[in-house]
Amino acid sequence: MSRFGLGVLLLVVLAASVVLGVRFGSVDLSTAQVLTALTGGGAEWQRTIVVELRLPRMLLGALVGGGLALAGATFQALLRNPLAEPYILGISGGASVGAVLLLALGLAGAASWALPLAALAGALLAIVLVFSVATASGRSLDVRVLLLAGVVVAAFFSACIAFILSVSEARTVQSAVLWIMGSLAGATWASVGITAAYTLPTAALLLGLARPLNLMAIGEETAHYLGADVERVKRMALVLAALLTAAGVAVAGVIGFVGLVVPHGIRLLVGSDHRALLPLSFLGGATFLVLSDVVAQVVLAPTQVPVGVITAFVGVPLFLMLLRRSVAS
Amino acid sequence: MKFSAQDLTVRYPGGGGPALDGVSMDVPPGCLYAVLGPNGSGKSTLMKVLLGVLAPASGAALVDERPAGAWSRRELARAVGVVPQAETIAFPLKVREMVAMGRYPHLGPLGSERDADRTAIARALEACDAADLAERDVMTLSGGELQRVRIARALAQEPRALVLDEPTASLDIRHEMAILELLRSSADAGMTVLVVTHGLDLAARFADRMLLLAKGRVAAEGVPGEVMRSSVLEEVYRWPIAVQEDPATGMPRVTPLRHSQGSSAELP
Repeated sequence: MSRFGLGVLLLVVLAASVVLGVRFGSVDLSTAQVLTALTGGGAEWQRTIVVELRLPRMLLGALVGGGLALAGATFQALLRNPLAEPYILGISGGASVGAVLLLALGLAGAASWALPLAALAGALLAIVLVFSVATASGRSLDVRVLLLAGVVVAAFFSACIAFILSVSEARTVQSAVLWIMGSLAGATWASVGITAAYTLPTAALLLGLARPLNLMAIGEETAHYLGADVERVKRMALVLAALLTAAGVAVAGVIGFVGLVVPHGIRLLVGSDHRALLPLSFLGGATFLVLSDVVAQVVLAPTQVPVGVITAFVGVPLFLMLLRRSVAS
Repeated sequence: MKFSAQDLTVRYPGGGGPALDGVSMDVPPGCLYAVLGPNGSGKSTLMKVLLGVLAPASGAALVDERPAGAWSRRELARAVGVVPQAETIAFPLKVREMVAMGRYPHLGPLGSERDADRTAIARALEACDAADLAERDVMTLSGGELQRVRIARALAQEPRALVLDEPTASLDIRHEMAILELLRSSADAGMTVLVVTHGLDLAARFADRMLLLAKGRVAAEGVPGEVMRSSVLEEVYRWPIAVQEDPATGMPRVTPLRHSQGSSAELP
């Protein structure tokens, strides 16, 4: 499949998913009702649902999904392993602790723009913890140890969140389910704005690293001999991918496996050239999460399933399949 | 392009004795130079110091009279093509994409491929007899094919020198010979070629000069006839070894002896 063709296809599916997401949910609306609401007509409750609830929710899903998928593709290139993913590496967990801590301290109301930064601090802490465990055994990084360390560190962060939530007032933080399974239900135009402000420039900077990431995906030594500034690229890419993860977690909690499923699918379709893989992963992640959220809302309507449940149901079988393959080889 | 080591000493942190201990050597332009020695004798370390990846504790590693560490990565990548021992191919990748990576140090700020890049890639594929592999996935290649593709990537850098770490390990006769012939003809065309290898016999046949390392020190250096002496080899490899002229090639041939075959050398 051509890169351009896949890009167009993903855009079309994304647009269609947004339309579906705006129409369907706990209350179903017709296309005519949606259009009327968008132009400022119709009943007020319909305008509220379309403009204040569903539209920002879909846009937030696109930003968060795109960021998580791009972060996943980046971690995979840096670690030369298709199993690397912000959630599995415990980085999402670290980010959520940073965000929950800020919320529990009651500081977030004054400065909601700072929430992604608190999440970034947590994400970077997770990276340091996980990588230091994985490199402790020797100078080279053992990927199996890395994944195990990620799982354990994620469990630790989950415990931290449960602890913080249990000692803080219920109203200062949203439900634990949001942080553990992820949800886009809290979307507002303000959160869309903040997420976009963090996600879009970060994503653009990461796309600029596509060429050196191509070399890094073969090996750091090789990248070095081909003229890449390996340490600089690695540091930049890690921080940028952590920031993408943090920006997503700060508004939507921990949504797993987007960074695993999407780059894997894109690679199957167009190969591993990061100049195509990175932008298409962003687009694919946006589409995947928006579509998952639509499914999460309609599958048991009017009950809403957390979107992280849907991504996990898709991601876990794929993870197991990839793990089986990597153990076999 | 020339490489030169002057009294190099390298220590790894917490690694006991020095990995290199007072090593001096010179690789003149257009020379096919083989570095040999037992496992752990410092071959790869010497290679890394000459490529500026590892800083020596003392002594100097010079690339064209300039300290290896003083070259920028990009500058060095345009001058020296390197084929490291192992790489992880974790993702699907076309052969042509792999070889095109060799153009990285030549690309402009926008990074798009120009005519000169496409020509260099095509030439490199041709030289390594890999043109018909261009559309194959790297993960589907045999060991010999993969090695040819990795050398093609180094040639696509259009370097003045090639450095290879055990390029023929685990290859069969046909592929091993094809790669050594390629390195020989590259050197004959003026390229400086530095190759780390375990194969004494073939090194003696293809190389202009040989360096034999033992425990981080130079045990012997010179043209193959000077290095391929049983007294030298027995001491370095700590095993009884006979060296005879091979009737088929007229070159020295190494034969490790069985215990029962006896030798003047003391056993380890």
